[in-house]
Amino acid sequence: MTWRPALSRAAMLRHDPVRQTDLLIVPERIVVLNEEAAAIVGLCDGERTVADIVAELPEGAEADVVEFLDRVRAEGWLR
Amino acid sequence: MSAPWAMLAELTHACPLRCPYCSNPVELAARSSELSTGEWQRILAESAALGVVHAHLSGGEPLLRPDLAPIVAAAEGEGVYTQLVTSGVGLTERRLGELAEAGLRSVQLSVQSATGAESDRIAGVASFARKERAAAVVAASGLPFGLNVVLHRENLDAVGEIIELGLSWGVARIELANTQFYGWGLLNRTALLPTREQLARAEATVKNYREKTDVELIWVIPDYFDGVPKPCMGGWGAISITVAPDGRVLPCPAAYDLPLELPNARDHSIGWIWEHSPAFNAYRGTGWMREPCASCPRKELDFGGCRCQAYALTGDAGRTDPACGLSPDHHLLDELAGGGTWTFRRPAPSASGADRSAP
Ligand code: SF4
Ligand code: SF4
Repeated sequence: MTWRPALSRAAMLRHDPVRQTDLLIVPERIVVLNEEAAAIVGLCDGERTVADIVAELPEGAEADVVEFLDRVRAEGWLR
Repeated sequence: MSAPWAMLAELTHACPLRCPYCSNPVELAARSSELSTGEWQRILAESAALGVVHAHLSGGEPLLRPDLAPIVAAAEGEGVYTQLVTSGVGLTERRLGELAEAGLRSVQLSVQSATGAESDRIAGVASFARKERAAAVVAASGLPFGLNVVLHRENLDAVGEIIELGLSWGVARIELANTQFYGWGLLNRTALLPTREQLARAEATVKNYREKTDVELIWVIPDYFDGVPKPCMGGWGAISITVAPDGRVLPCPAAYDLPLELPNARDHSIGWIWEHSPAFNAYRGTGWMREPCASCPRKELDFGGCRCQAYALTGDAGRTDPACGLSPDHHLLDELAGGGTWTFRRPAPSASGADRSAP
């Protein structure tokens, strides 16, 4: 089956108005996302495929995006 | 000054268990002094506005608060991620369902050792069977599930079996936390103190399991033994706040006994406490340090170690943490020998009073 990335139940994505940044919060960790990472995670809605996500991001980023998604999935924060 | 990220909410100091290493203070806050639901809601809102995004809802046993669900809901409403830290006693399917409904994000269950007999002996109360049932309930809920075990002389040799237990319960993370010697842990230090050989064996076992399993194994080092102080709380008043059941606010959960005037959330806003209270400013940064810390290249890395440990062992919270090999007080640790019996957190329960937390 094609992977349609979505946040796992362990993870919460939110904007932090105090620090003006986006955060991914998991049981024992708070991960500060840079703009690119936040944009990618924000597209992980369980509907879009990896190809759909890549298509919505600036051109030439494909390899980085795929690698990033795999890494976040390995951490258990995406399913 | 940066904003705090995380809160440890000690919702009550009451607990059906009696662990001899309990991280609660030796002087437990009375139930009659506990904050109300409305007070917790205000504290969570003020903390979130200040920058807190993560809360451990702990105790004692937080399930003893009948208003836990509204407290979870208040945190969730402020965008604060909540993790329940529980002994498992009282965690029924219905209760967990109510908490998940309110927005609870994850659960950390504690266990005292790998078998029922040992776990109950260390907890001082028959509780393992209930933990097993709680584990099944959490696993079935699909919530992120972590196991927490405090390690010491009496269970370090069982660390492999403890990891196996966690794997069989379906947890995603096992926190193996060596006892910290404050409060109850300090009171029972000789009985809890492991040997170097025990620690080395346990660490090797953990390393071994890391190659065999995807489950995250967190090994919290015992600073008494490696000569390196831990960067306590990421620095004093730098990352997190602890709120006591009665509203006292502390820079660290072990700071109850320090000679500081602890601010109370009943009298002040969390913002004022973080920024202006003398307690939160007492050991902020590096300006308070004396030698050998003041001129040490590691001072921005470990912040001179733990203030509570310095105070507990030397009577002066401004000294270098004796866990540091450079501390003139380091010999206090080298001379220690373990063994003997411990004192439980409270006397043995009487037949009638034992089960007040039964679901
Ligand atoms: S350490 Fe033991 S006695 Fe203390 S709160 Fe946790 S379960 Fe209760
Ligand atoms: S002397 Fe102070 S700053 Fe240096 S390593 Fe020891 S505790 Fe850390």
